[in-house]
Amino acid sequence: MNRILFKKQLAEEIFELKVEAPLIASERKPGQFVMIQLDTDFGERVPLTIADGDPEEGSITLVVQAVGKTTHHIADLETGDVVENIVGPLGTPTHIEKLGTVVCVGGGVGVAPLHPIAKALKEIGNEVIVIIGARSRELIIFEEEMKAIADELIICTDDGSYGMKSLVTGPLEEVCRRDPQPAMAVAIGPPIMMKFCAETTRPFEVPTVVSLNTIMVDGTGMCGGCRVTVGGETRFVCVDGPEFDGHLVDFDNMMQRLGAYKPMEEEAHEQCHLDKEIEELKEK
Amino acid sequence: MSHPDNTQLVEDAKRQLDEIVAREDPLKPKDRLAIPFQEIPSQTPEERIANMDEVALGYTPEQARVESLRCFDCKKAPCVDGCPVRLDIPGFLRAAGEGDFREAIDIIKRNSLLPAVCGRVCPQETQCQLHCTVGKSLKDVNKSVSIGRVERFVADWEAEQAEQDLPEVKPETGRKVAVVGSGPAGVTVAADVRREGHAVTLFEAFHKPGGVLMYGIPEFRMPKRIVQREIDTLRTMGVTVETNFVVGRTRKLSDLIEKDGFDAVFVGTGAGLPKFMRIEGENLVGVFSANEFLTRANLMRAYDRKNADTPISNARKVAVLGGGNVAMDAARTAVRLGAEEVHLVYRRTEVEMPARVEEVGHAKEEGVIFHILENAKRVVGDEQGRVQAMECLKYELGEPDDSGRRRPVAIPDSEFMMPVDTVIVAIGNDSNPLIKQTTPEIETNRWGNIVVNENGKTSMDRVYAGGDIVLGAATVILAMGEGRRAAASINELLASE
Ligand SMILES: Cc1cc2nc3c(=O)[nH]c(=O)nc-3n(C[C@H](O)[C@H](O)[C@H](O)COP(=O)(O)OP(=O)(O)OC[C@H]3O[C@@H](n4cnc5c(N)ncnc54)[C@H](O)[C@@H]3O)c2cc1C
Ligand SMILES: Cc1cc2nc3c(=O)[nH]c(=O)nc-3n(C[C@H](O)[C@H](O)[C@H](O)COP(=O)(O)OP(=O)(O)OC[C@H]3O[C@@H](n4cnc5c(N)ncnc54)[C@H](O)[C@@H]3O)c2cc1C
Ligand code: SF4
Ligand code: SF4
Ligand code: FES
Repeated sequence: MNRILFKKQLAEEIFELKVEAPLIASERKPGQFVMIQLDTDFGERVPLTIADGDPEEGSITLVVQAVGKTTHHIADLETGDVVENIVGPLGTPTHIEKLGTVVCVGGGVGVAPLHPIAKALKEIGNEVIVIIGARSRELIIFEEEMKAIADELIICTDDGSYGMKSLVTGPLEEVCRRDPQPAMAVAIGPPIMMKFCAETTRPFEVPTVVSLNTIMVDGTGMCGGCRVTVGGETRFVCVDGPEFDGHLVDFDNMMQRLGAYKPMEEEAHEQCHLDKEIEELKEK
Repeated sequence: MSHPDNTQLVEDAKRQLDEIVAREDPLKPKDRLAIPFQEIPSQTPEERIANMDEVALGYTPEQARVESLRCFDCKKAPCVDGCPVRLDIPGFLRAAGEGDFREAIDIIKRNSLLPAVCGRVCPQETQCQLHCTVGKSLKDVNKSVSIGRVERFVADWEAEQAEQDLPEVKPETGRKVAVVGSGPAGVTVAADVRREGHAVTLFEAFHKPGGVLMYGIPEFRMPKRIVQREIDTLRTMGVTVETNFVVGRTRKLSDLIEKDGFDAVFVGTGAGLPKFMRIEGENLVGVFSANEFLTRANLMRAYDRKNADTPISNARKVAVLGGGNVAMDAARTAVRLGAEEVHLVYRRTEVEMPARVEEVGHAKEEGVIFHILENAKRVVGDEQGRVQAMECLKYELGEPDDSGRRRPVAIPDSEFMMPVDTVIVAIGNDSNPLIKQTTPEIETNRWGNIVVNENGKTSMDRVYAGGDIVLGAATVILAMGEGRRAAASINELLASE
């Protein structure tokens, strides 16, 4: 039974959930994800990265941003509720190697999946520089956790309400200019952020790993819905990824594909906000 | 073709049966040949394109008896040679002809575990019914005895009886067997191994068991309640079903044996890796694999737009590439989801189409437009990366290739544009690579299929495999046959220790 053991709000529309899933907790490695479905008959299967796992307790931690119908419903779950279906760990784990200095860039909710990777990179002996960014102060998450592992932590916000006023690509470029250059960059966040991180590191030839969040159905390589073009070839994010060489990913095509169901999703999302408002009105 | 009137079919059969029963002298082959072929009552094309329900409604008892009475009861029974699991076809038809449906289903169940499924989806015209003497005598394979339809009838009949005999399970042996994948191959192994008294756990990656029968073949051809019934039977027999469990990821195959104490493992993970065409524009928005389109529609129930959370594209003008059952299913699903035009594009001719003849006929009745000897060259998109059209090439048939079929050859400069907003690729599946990737010690061939010996055993100790993961994309009945063979080997192994 996948019971929710703990829930906390991290920022507006961002929630941390600790869920009972003993087998996944013991097998999972950084970079892997699960698929969650709330209703066996009619629910959608959504991919979420495993932000942390505790094999002793038999739990995994997920950080969810409520962006649409299903993620809103996940965010509405409370401690003690049961998630009907969780499957994982899926995807190829991150390749963790001692390289020297590594720069980890996280945007928005992407900081959560970045955390286990940064931690593993640190534990194997790398010097880890972490850059986290968000639109504004309230949306910065995992600051304490990152502070605990990073050799250097740079925070930036679009509106300058916290840390430096910049997009993450600003400090990333500065880090790339340093001597010695970082041996690798890892960027996780909204596709547009990953695209520009890859563009930023490209002239410096700093290898850049990105973690792609395409639309998925099964997560096991069966449907091809998650496919992306990488270096001119079609790859499946759920089995070949989710991590790829950011310099080879066709981000424009990926972003177009992410928007495939936009009209229907927006309708469903609006409906669930409406339902909520009606509920609240009723309660009053 | 005018659609036969269901009431008329049923009435006719009643009268025909009365006449036959009233006869004093036994039926001679000549008399049997004169018995009219029984069409199966079905929804009219106009009705069925507006719903997801099964197209063929099934025989009435009278129809099943009349159809069975067409059988000559041939001594050599060539039909049996055409059936991959060698059902005693004349035997069950004889019983069904006499109206002893219990006896008929019992005979079938000696060899087949999934008659309600196989009766519906076997390509009968290339298997049992291809060799039928009645069809030969009438010089029309489509007039052979409808073995599959009678098989389906008696299986459905049994399901409606208050009492169903569960397969007998021998006393517990204390041995444990893991079955990976719950498609026809896995379900068969689970049942056969459980019968010997071994504990069986069936692992399935999806949230619902049943394999392709659940996620691929649509409701209008394979009602999900029938698949569910087979799974329920397994549960009643004491099989544990673990859904949401991806062997290789949630647990390694070798761990099942080394850490979890399973005495044997059967791998029946199917051929779930969609092939794409490697043409320009293949990743545009609006290009789907048939697997994705059908999974959204069937397993995720996206056809129920009001209740389902999973979206499916609002396909208006659709091109489906391919000529197999998967292509027919995708095209007919698109019709039911409200597409205005559905084009089926196949680079050979209708004769070479691997789909069941019945499905090709149904697709045409439902308005699917067939383009034979044509193929896609590239997909063209607009500025937002959405499909706008598909550029096609015309083909002609050249010399026979390795498969013995005449090779389609592109006609130079024959390009033309087909305006569409959706392209569904149904050109086949390769084997699912997950087990191979996470289990390097298992031997596979260059197509990624697991290699097994004549007993269904793989290169790994205590590990067996069967179905599409071994054969490449094949059929339900072959998957079941492979499952039976592997189950027999597993039972033998466990008995010998
Ligand atoms: C490997 C992987 C790991 C992920 N990890 C996390 C995670 O740890 N935390 C988290 O909050 N989200 C994560 N995501 C994204 C998450 O799966 C989507 O936000 C979710 O599927 C949206 O579902 P929905 O029904 O709530 O919204 P929908 O109604 O489906 O979509 C709402 C909006 O979000 C956009 N959208 C849809 N799917 C995605 C997607 N996959 N990624 C980004 N935007 C999308 C749509 O274009 C739409 O505008 C991950 C995705 C992948 C593929
Ligand atoms: C759309 C479509 C229409 C078809 N029509 C017909 C037809 O009319 N007649 C016919 O005879 N055949 C038809 N077929 C083919 C037939 O369905 C297959 O040959 C048959 O289902 C193969 O059975 P299987 O047991 O080998 O595998 P599958 O039915 O593919 O089942 C494999 C199961 O294993 C699961 N799995 C995979 N990997 C793992 C893992 N690592 N851990 C746990 N579980 C896993 C999968 O989720 C799946 O449920 C059709 C196929 C498709 C796709
Ligand atoms: S199992 Fe298939 S091939 Fe065998 S008799 Fe039945 S329909 Fe024919
Ligand atoms: S070949 Fe045809 S007629 Fe002969 S036994 Fe088989 S089904 Fe009956
Ligand atoms: S999600 Fe279906 S293949 Fe990746």
